[in-house]
Amino acid sequence: MYGRGLLRGLAVTFKHFVNTYVDDLRFGMKKYSNPDNFESRQSTKAQGAFTVQYPDEKIAVPERFRYVPFLVMNDLDAEVEPGKDWCTSCGICAKVCPPQCIWIVRGTNPDTGRPVPEPEAFFIDIDICMNCGFCSEFCPFDAIKMDHDYEIASYDRTAEHIYDKDDLSKPFSYWRKIAPTTAYEEMQARGGWEHTDVVKARKKGKKPVKRKAPATNGAAAPVAEAAAVAEAEAPAQDDRAERVQAEREAALARRRARAAKSPE
Amino acid sequence: MVDQVAPDQSDLKVNDIENAIEVLKNKYPGVVTDDTRHGYQGVIVDKKRLIDVAMTIRDELGFDYLSSATAVDYHEMGEPDSDMEMVYHAYRTSGGSALTFKAQTPRDNAEIPSLIDVWPGVDFQEREAFDLMGIRFPGHPNLKRILLWDGFLGHPLRKDWKEAYYEQDHKPFDSRWPGGHVHRAEEKNIYGKNVAYPEDFDLSRLNDVSEEALYNSMGLGVDVQELSGDSMSTDRLIVNMGPHHPSTHGVFRMIISLDGETIEALEPVMGYLHRNHEKIGERNTYLHNMPFTDRLDYLSSMGNNLGYALTIEQLMATGARYKPPSYRAESIRVLMAELTRICNHLWSIGFLLNDLGAFFTPMLYANNEREKILDFFEATAGSRLMCNYMRFGGVYKDIPERIHSVANLVNDRVRDLDTMEFLSDIIYERLPRFLDEYEYYLSENEIIKSRCIGVGMLPADMAIAYSAAGPLLRAAGVPYDVRRAEPYSIYDELDFDIPVGIQGDIYDRYTVRMSEMRESLRILRQIMPRLEETKGESVTGNTQYAARVPIGESYGRVENPKGELGYYVVSAGDKKGTQNAWRYHIRAPSFINLTPLGQMSKGHKVADVVTVLGSIDIVLGETDR
Repeated sequence: MYGRGLLRGLAVTFKHFVNTYVDDLRFGMKKYSNPDNFESRQSTKAQGAFTVQYPDEKIAVPERFRYVPFLVMNDLDAEVEPGKDWCTSCGICAKVCPPQCIWIVRGTNPDTGRPVPEPEAFFIDIDICMNCGFCSEFCPFDAIKMDHDYEIASYDRTAEHIYDKDDLSKPFSYWRKIAPTTAYEEMQARGGWEHTDVVKARKKGKKPVKRKAPATNGAAAPVAEAAAVAEAEAPAQDDRAERVQAEREAALARRRARAAKSPE
Repeated sequence: MVDQVAPDQSDLKVNDIENAIEVLKNKYPGVVTDDTRHGYQGVIVDKKRLIDVAMTIRDELGFDYLSSATAVDYHEMGEPDSDMEMVYHAYRTSGGSALTFKAQTPRDNAEIPSLIDVWPGVDFQEREAFDLMGIRFPGHPNLKRILLWDGFLGHPLRKDWKEAYYEQDHKPFDSRWPGGHVHRAEEKNIYGKNVAYPEDFDLSRLNDVSEEALYNSMGLGVDVQELSGDSMSTDRLIVNMGPHHPSTHGVFRMIISLDGETIEALEPVMGYLHRNHEKIGERNTYLHNMPFTDRLDYLSSMGNNLGYALTIEQLMATGARYKPPSYRAESIRVLMAELTRICNHLWSIGFLLNDLGAFFTPMLYANNEREKILDFFEATAGSRLMCNYMRFGGVYKDIPERIHSVANLVNDRVRDLDTMEFLSDIIYERLPRFLDEYEYYLSENEIIKSRCIGVGMLPADMAIAYSAAGPLLRAAGVPYDVRRAEPYSIYDELDFDIPVGIQGDIYDRYTVRMSEMRESLRILRQIMPRLEETKGESVTGNTQYAARVPIGESYGRVENPKGELGYYVVSAGDKKGTQNAWRYHIRAPSFINLTPLGQMSKGHKVADVVTVLGSIDIVLGETDR
């Protein structure tokens, strides 16, 4: 019979139409309104249409999801060196970056002119970043990680799309939060939750070396000396923590202001 | 023909190529010589007798399928009288490895006879070589730029050509570290001040000039009235479809000359998305290129990754410290490649239906399933489309145990599923069920049948001559699939069939794609137990971020969903190995499959050209590169 194929097709379309509502009934007409049903809708058991109502609800991104990278720093409430960058400015991320969107100014001690293992400045041009994840894959210090924050649109690319260290830095606890499994694997590889250098120093039986910020630093003190003066300088450390905290808050305020400025 | 009773296939194939070369050398003494450079294969043919030799290769030796033709510029590397060469890779459609032959010419006044009469499929590839390398091909009927526009000065793939935002020959750029003060390329080098035009190019007449040249090349510069038929007088009409037209699947343009509603001639115009991927690839290190390959055919990035990884691994294998991928890594690669094939075919069939006017309903049904596969890609590789998953000698990371998403600043949702359960749900339940339903839904549909059967025919001999690949070739009845013809990875131990069509029309292409998805599922069902068995094996390969690759050339190819995807990579220079490719070429199936588009559309109605194009299944990211 001519037209049978057409009728069959219409039957399938009708089935899909009905299935969408059958699914809805299964959830007690709360397919979308009850957030608990999200997981089931995103599983392999879903049938009919399984639309995600963006931006009211957002798809859950898996741990390995990668977007524009961020820099890991110590937590702001950490006991030792709060807010310290994990980056040692070794430059591997800048070298392995395929579109070359990472710029790093290597930190130097202003008095001696010798390089110190922390970046003086760190820029990522997020317009150029292609989210490949090589920087975080090849970083030997786990200091740069791929973020999950993909809502970064703005109105002025020339003013806002070169991220500096303030924009990029996020505390280590954030990384543990968005990627617990990966962070745990990395912890096992390093041997502890802290930065590789700290873990290594502890393994050698030494106290954690406290590197000082260039601003408060005198001469490049030998390792033993640094450990000795560490206690005496405890108030200075607090100072620094406060200063870092203030800087981060200012940066965050800038980000929020920026976000508020752009209409929804 | 390959001898069926031979005991060892691989031995036979090697000998076979050696024998073929021996025959050539005996027949053309002094014309055909061995390529003795370190790490190179095949023969060098004197360009004066190139056409004769090519005829012998095709007719007497049976290498009927010209896979790839590309040019290499050995600027300041080779002898001054032969520092540019064309490299051809010819295959037999019965299977086996490539016969590589090359023709050399000096860079200044580069000229090599066109092989278009031997293999018509070389048409676009020679135009590309002319466009990007500046080699002229006497004998080519329509030798003009194909990817770049007419006002472009120079030939960008030549080694001495520098792009507008040129910084350095190779990445990594010194400006990034240690003194990395940020700058934007466009601030230092302002657009408009870095553009040069050819001497005789008149910018004010730009549109007239280029359009005129295009129409003239189609033979449209004649009086239309005289040509119209006697019975019914109709005007000839030129229709420009695209570049902005939803049916062209991207920024692609077809100039169609119509007699009434019937197509008389069709000329594809492309290059709107051209970014000279190959030049970027030559600035990059080998590893840098991996995420760039994602952007070729962005619907099947896993397949692109695999092809590139295989090509570089071929080169690395000639070095001392190379470790081949573990069995688990190979299994994961095949898993990804086949899932990609299903993804791509779901998309292309959905879009074909769109082109037929079944607007978006079949497409979205297919996308529902594709979505699940992409979820798996995202959990494993980190991205849905730009997977960047393969590495040299392995893959990025093993499959995660759980598809685990946690609530964070952006997302308020949590998801925690077992990955292997998720996978087996897709492979054993969802997809087979869906394919049955989809076939029931579409295959017998009268509209589809009447619009597709007998339309856009590409018979077998033409498909081979035009170097068509993938479902386009197999729909014509040629059982040629790289996974079988020259198996890579672990395909030689997997059990699957090569679906073929009967006459090579649109409906055959549709059924071939449908059957290929079923064959892919069959492969996946064999892969699943292998994944269980190899649990715990290491999958990461070479972990150096700037690995050195031994010098030589390599042509790696995979059966991508759209057809044969080939990478031709030359590593030249330092004896210890190089960090950057000297030449990096892509044999893009979407590009070469367009060669017979004009032939296929001729004589059909203008509405059919949309479906013909849809049935070829192109992605402009790959066509334009």
